[in-house]
Amino acid sequence: MNINLTLISQAVAFAIFIWFTVRFVWPPLRNAIETRQKTIADGLAAAERGKHDLELAARRSADVLRETKDKSAELLTQAERRAQQIVEDAKAAARVEADKVIASAKAEIDQEAERAKQHLRERVAELAVAGAEKILRREVNATAHADMLSALKQEL
Amino acid sequence: MAAGAELTPTSYITHHLGFLQKPVGTGDFWVLHVDTIVTSIILGVLAFGFLWWVVRGATAGVPNRRQAFVELAIEFVDDQVKGIFHGDRHSFVAPAALTVFVWVLLMNAMDFLPVDIVAKVLGAVGLHEWRMVPTADVNTTFALALAVWFLMIFYSVKVKGLGGWIHELFCSPFGSNPLLWPANFLLNVIEYVSKPLSHSLRLYGNMYAGEIIFLLLGLWAATGLAGTVFGAILGAGWAIFHILIVVLQAFIFMMLTVVYLAMAHESH
Repeated sequence: MNINLTLISQAVAFAIFIWFTVRFVWPPLRNAIETRQKTIADGLAAAERGKHDLELAARRSADVLRETKDKSAELLTQAERRAQQIVEDAKAAARVEADKVIASAKAEIDQEAERAKQHLRERVAELAVAGAEKILRREVNATAHADMLSALKQEL
Repeated sequence: MAAGAELTPTSYITHHLGFLQKPVGTGDFWVLHVDTIVTSIILGVLAFGFLWWVVRGATAGVPNRRQAFVELAIEFVDDQVKGIFHGDRHSFVAPAALTVFVWVLLMNAMDFLPVDIVAKVLGAVGLHEWRMVPTADVNTTFALALAVWFLMIFYSVKVKGLGGWIHELFCSPFGSNPLLWPANFLLNVIEYVSKPLSHSLRLYGNMYAGEIIFLLLGLWAATGLAGTVFGAILGAGWAIFHILIVVLQAFIFMMLTVVYLAMAHESH
């Protein structure tokens, strides 16, 4: 253990190394580390924000989906109701039309029958006359009808 | 050792514990330990040159392995300092702690180099006396501890003012009653003297003892084949255990540096 000038020289070397580290080594690396820390912190914050946004968007999309479902269900029931109504209307219109057709057919039939009756009526007189003529031709003789003929003569 | 017959255990150990001395004046003080100075400066230049090289290419984006390694070291030191020192640590205290840790760690790590092989290699180039572990030289540890000591006083005066510092010397820790001034002052002087002593001698003692044990194990090899085998096995065991001591002592030295500087910043 002999203290000598080495002590001074080592102290000087130590001082120089400390100065060098303080001046050239520590600050740049410190800056680099701190900048990176900040970048990482920002990135994490952004990721957190993104997650939050995603959650919000998911909730919104669920809302929209539910709304759309409700709306489409409503539209479906409306359409069904409308279709039913159209069918009902068509049925009613068809019934009216059928009634009309039936009525007109009936009327025509009636008319035809009337015409046939008329015709028949006209023919009935003729037939009666013809029948009468035939009957008369066979029954009429002078003796049988002398009384009536003589009465007729009297009246003249 | 190549010297053969004249080699005794005493000469072996004194040889390995001898410094490469270079007198630069008259008297015991005016001597330089060239081995200590050169080894420590080479290590310092390598370490801080490496740090500087990495830092110059540092990016705030994804770091490469080299940068990640350096950042790991810096974050480690910074975490330790953060827990002890409350103030603007980035302007001085944390980088100083990094300097202490890296430099002392590397100087301690020289203990892992096999003493005799290093001595052979250096002997071959004409350097017959070379102590590889600068922290096993009390001059180095004292230099570091004294530098920290002066920084401590400098920051005490800077933070509290000269009056505040002198006031603290006389009025803490017992109180400001004039009757207590001698006791306070005496305690503070003892504290100021003991801090650099314990700071430096702890590191020096650990490294010196580690070196001696390596030498004793190396000495065993002189007793024959069994001694060589056991010496090698125990040497490996001691080296593995020494990894802990090397890192731990560097860490303790750094922590004490930070603690002393932090204490200088706080008023009692």
